[in-house]
Amino acid sequence: MSSDDIEALALLHDPVRRTLYAAVTAAGGDMGRGEAAQAAGVSRTLAGHHLDKLVEAGLLESGFRQQEKKGPGSGRPAKIYRRARGERSVSLPPRDYATLASVLAAVVDLLGAEEQAEEAARAAGAGLAGRHRGERAESVLERRGYEPYAEGGVVRLRNCPFHALSVEQPLLVCSMNLALCQGLLEGLGDDPRRAELDPRPGECCVSLKQIDVDIEAG
Amino acid sequence: MHLAQLNIAHLRAPVDSPELAEFVALLEPINALADEAPGFVWRLKESESDPTATVTHDYGDLLLVNFSVWESLESVWNYVYRSPHLGVLRRRREWFLRAVEPYLVMWWVPEGTIPSLTEAMERLERLKTEGPGPEAFTFKDSYGSIEAASLPAAAEARK
Repeated sequence: MSSDDIEALALLHDPVRRTLYAAVTAAGGDMGRGEAAQAAGVSRTLAGHHLDKLVEAGLLESGFRQQEKKGPGSGRPAKIYRRARGERSVSLPPRDYATLASVLAAVVDLLGAEEQAEEAARAAGAGLAGRHRGERAESVLERRGYEPYAEGGVVRLRNCPFHALSVEQPLLVCSMNLALCQGLLEGLGDDPRRAELDPRPGECCVSLKQIDVDIEAG
Repeated sequence: MHLAQLNIAHLRAPVDSPELAEFVALLEPINALADEAPGFVWRLKESESDPTATVTHDYGDLLLVNFSVWESLESVWNYVYRSPHLGVLRRRREWFLRAVEPYLVMWWVPEGTIPSLTEAMERLERLKTEGPGPEAFTFKDSYGSIEAASLPAAAEARK
């Protein structure tokens, strides 16, 4: 944990900045200053000021989008914002679970123990469900940082909570994540087969099929 | 610079056996996915007309080779791990023996160069004996094209 991390997170204490940050990340890609301002209900100027602060702190990245209209009067390229790739975390007292998780993942790989790891992940998912009784799977995944959103009849997950590990050991970590999601669904009384491996660059490897219409509510 | 990658797998049974039938059936869709993937440049094909034909070579009948060239490390990574290819990869134990030695090697090549399978197998051997370096590396221990470009071999190829 560095003082940079604390300063970056402290910036989000401001509700306008927090709303702007949430709006940009929810867009899943580039967002213009005007759109962000609208989402936060503030003026473009104020939004720009806060967005640039978030860029300075390394929470967002900025770039420029060429205006579609060409010729005189089309103006300057529009400034756009997206979530920064880097991760920030603050733990008090200092904790480092990532290093140990990386070592353990390497050991599973070395032993060829993927199946056992998946079983353990499935059980862990079911265990998590115990703390969220009566909630919908989508809202549990939301609370666990997966950032679900609907697209074309499936629920996609924008964020991978295990990102750094999934880059190191993609096959193992994505398989465990799928098992964890399936265990979670099962534990919530939902259909575990809703969770499928559906990888796409820059997102979580799992998506959920929408609940079949023949399943009655209640 | 472009990125060449070779990966090998030891089949559990001959490629025309019933045990491998499901894998062979997946070859066409999964290769088509590679051909259309962003950043795909080239792959070694046995046949232009039969998409299920596996590459024949002198390294043993049960050795499956996958040899391709990509525009960047990110493009091949996204194909391998961030496309439906991942689902096929998860089933690898059904068809391939568990690899204890390195089975994948990558290295940078000047754009427009198609390396030979002999060279690719030599790079894999180099990775096994010397460990990862700019001339033979893996996803986990990768090297940028700039480090590779400063090697004498690349300078030779640019002349």
